[in-house]
Amino acid sequence: MALVTTTKGEMDESLLDKREGSIDNDNELTRWVEYWLDGELVHRSVHVHLKQNVFSDGIAAMLA
Amino acid sequence: MANTQAMCTSFKVDLLNAVHAFSSSNPAQTASTANTFKAALYLASATVNASTTAYSSTGEVSGTGYTAGGITVTNATAPTSSGTTAYWTPSASLVYSGVTLATAFDAVLIYNSTQSNKAVSVHTFGSQTVTAGTFTLTMPSNAAGTALLNLA
Repeated sequence: MALVTTTKGEMDESLLDKREGSIDNDNELTRWVEYWLDGELVHRSVHVHLKQNVFSDGIAAMLA
Repeated sequence: MANTQAMCTSFKVDLLNAVHAFSSSNPAQTASTANTFKAALYLASATVNASTTAYSSTGEVSGTGYTAGGITVTNATAPTSSGTTAYWTPSASLVYSGVTLATAFDAVLIYNSTQSNKAVSVHTFGSQTVTAGTFTLTMPSNAAGTALLNLA
């Protein structure tokens, strides 16, 4: 029996409708899981794996 | 408005002024400890970008389980270099546990809470909400070209 934290407290996963999804593009790989109870969203967690970074090009030291 | 991924321009100036200490190897500062960096989430309707100079609560997410200012970044790996690129990445994922963030958000601001909350960088992702759950941001590989911050 797996328990899920929801807006209504801890609930047995078997009582809930589980929905999952993902996005995979150049910027991120994102997965989410939702649990619904009688048409109401009671839990949503998201995991984002960042793929891109920030660059600073051309920082140079010049000694004259 | 919109959030835009960027290394903050003020951060580049700060680097030349030796403002930030990402590790204990920081001869320009009196204390031989790394500064504390934090990560705050911003609404999709906010405006954080290269022009952001410091953390602000304007446009920051709010909700159950989330503390204004965000969470502390785990920083156990000092900056290093490979070839002509210096780089740094937080040493653990950013994890916001037990939160409800009902309004869509799509950006995280990394900033230095030791140094007057000066901005470091903005990172964007697809717009999300969280309900009685966990939001996890996993970092890219800490290597030249892929690390979260690269100076090339």
